[in-house]
Amino acid sequence: MTPVPPPTLFSADGMVGLVFLIMIGVTLTGGIIAATAERLIRALSGIVICFTGVAGFYYFLNSPFMAMMQILIYVGAICVTISFAIMLAAPEEKLKKSPTNLLSGPIGFMIAALIFAAMTMLALKTDWQASAKIASGSVREIGIHLLTTYSMVFELISIVLLIAIIGSIVIARGGRN
Amino acid sequence: MSLTLFNVVLAVFIAICFVGANAAYLVWCERKGAGLFQRRPGPMENGPWGLLQPPIDGLKLMTKQLLIPGGVDKAIFMVAPVLAMFPALISFVTIPFSNSIVAHPIDVGVLMIFAFAALGSMSLLVAGWGSRNKYSMISSVRAVSQTVAYEIPLMITTITIVMISGSLNLGDIVQSQLGGFWHWNIWPLQKQVGFNLLMPISFLILFVCSVAETNRAPFDLGEAESELVAGFHTEYSSMGFGLFFMGEYANIVIGACLTVILFLGGWSCPIGDLGFFPFTHNVGWFLLKIYLIIFVFIWIRWTFPRTTIYGLLNLSWKYLIPISLFNLLLTAGLLKVF
Repeated sequence: MTPVPPPTLFSADGMVGLVFLIMIGVTLTGGIIAATAERLIRALSGIVICFTGVAGFYYFLNSPFMAMMQILIYVGAICVTISFAIMLAAPEEKLKKSPTNLLSGPIGFMIAALIFAAMTMLALKTDWQASAKIASGSVREIGIHLLTTYSMVFELISIVLLIAIIGSIVIARGGRN
Repeated sequence: MSLTLFNVVLAVFIAICFVGANAAYLVWCERKGAGLFQRRPGPMENGPWGLLQPPIDGLKLMTKQLLIPGGVDKAIFMVAPVLAMFPALISFVTIPFSNSIVAHPIDVGVLMIFAFAALGSMSLLVAGWGSRNKYSMISSVRAVSQTVAYEIPLMITTITIVMISGSLNLGDIVQSQLGGFWHWNIWPLQKQVGFNLLMPISFLILFVCSVAETNRAPFDLGEAESELVAGFHTEYSSMGFGLFFMGEYANIVIGACLTVILFLGGWSCPIGDLGFFPFTHNVGWFLLKIYLIIFVFIWIRWTFPRTTIYGLLNLSWKYLIPISLFNLLLTAGLLKVF
């Protein structure tokens, strides 16, 4: 077996690898900003970056529909709602205080290190195999599956969302006289 | 088309040029249009008909000092204008200018435009919050609540069209309307849906929504000068302000493109493909249509006074959403019957 030369940057594989690394970078950066930011609004911006990175992964893994939905729903709806909540609830910016309890010190660090070690072992010891492509990831495929295989789940989620909408309307109307 | 690095760079370059040129000269059109509707000449000093005004304005913006007000969150303050410009730029990737001129005909093109429009509304919030100015914040909250409210009828109307043409790909949506202006989705007569009287009304809904989505008069509550100084970009100077401006005009172009693609047959020739140059389906018709729509945008802006925030939100939640939902149900029913 001849060894495969590593792909150069300007070949198709090289660009794919580069894009993948960029996605990892974006997602990780966003997550770290979200976790360590002292200001709430910066943490929110971190989440936005993180979600955009995840959307990039979906697109990269041949699910453009999921990628667009990720941006549309998580960034366009959820993050906007969170930012409204921040603006309405905390007009004066308070810097985050580090929590001081049992888990915040060395014990927390040890648990995190343990989990990290376990995950790394798992990733390294597993004999990874590229699974066969299940479906084309197109909207048509997703629609067919939603209305046949997963129709029960789909309907249940719809009902839950409907209840949430009605509930929010009831709460909002309650304040008006 | 192979996706080499060169092609990608070229597509990005062309998109940036198109957006930049449009932003610059739409400002000129806007000012000339304002002059036309208010019986004054508009810009006329620099070059013939004031045509040199946009580059000179650009130069002026770039040489100005970039002021950062005290006490703001610097990173967020600086990121906001970039975030306003970038989604608008990305949306151009999937817009088909003609059968062959499209950077990347993605299968979920409609969704992509909505997704990045949502990113754009995030930038308004970030700008408003980052400015540390109460007027800016009120303005950005207004602008976003308006964007969210008008996104719903816009999407429902778009879903109606997607159901009729059976594809989320913008190119396919245009393909289904080729063959003359009577095939366009704006008319109630279509093969697939029989006779849907509400189609012209749903065109109107889409048009109103795209005016509102781009925060333009009469729906420019976010920029109501008499109440809010200048809106979410009050604190921005120099090219920071310039980027917001370019983003706004890029969004106007995207709104016009979406209207033309969904309802006015995209790049199709109004009298069908006759086989010789101006009467084939080509990019010229597309550009002609989008600039006509943009002219109507300008016309409306300088003709109608601003509404109130309650009038604006009531229009969306109480009229546009129920009508567009009804049209969605009607179209679904007609699709089942015919």
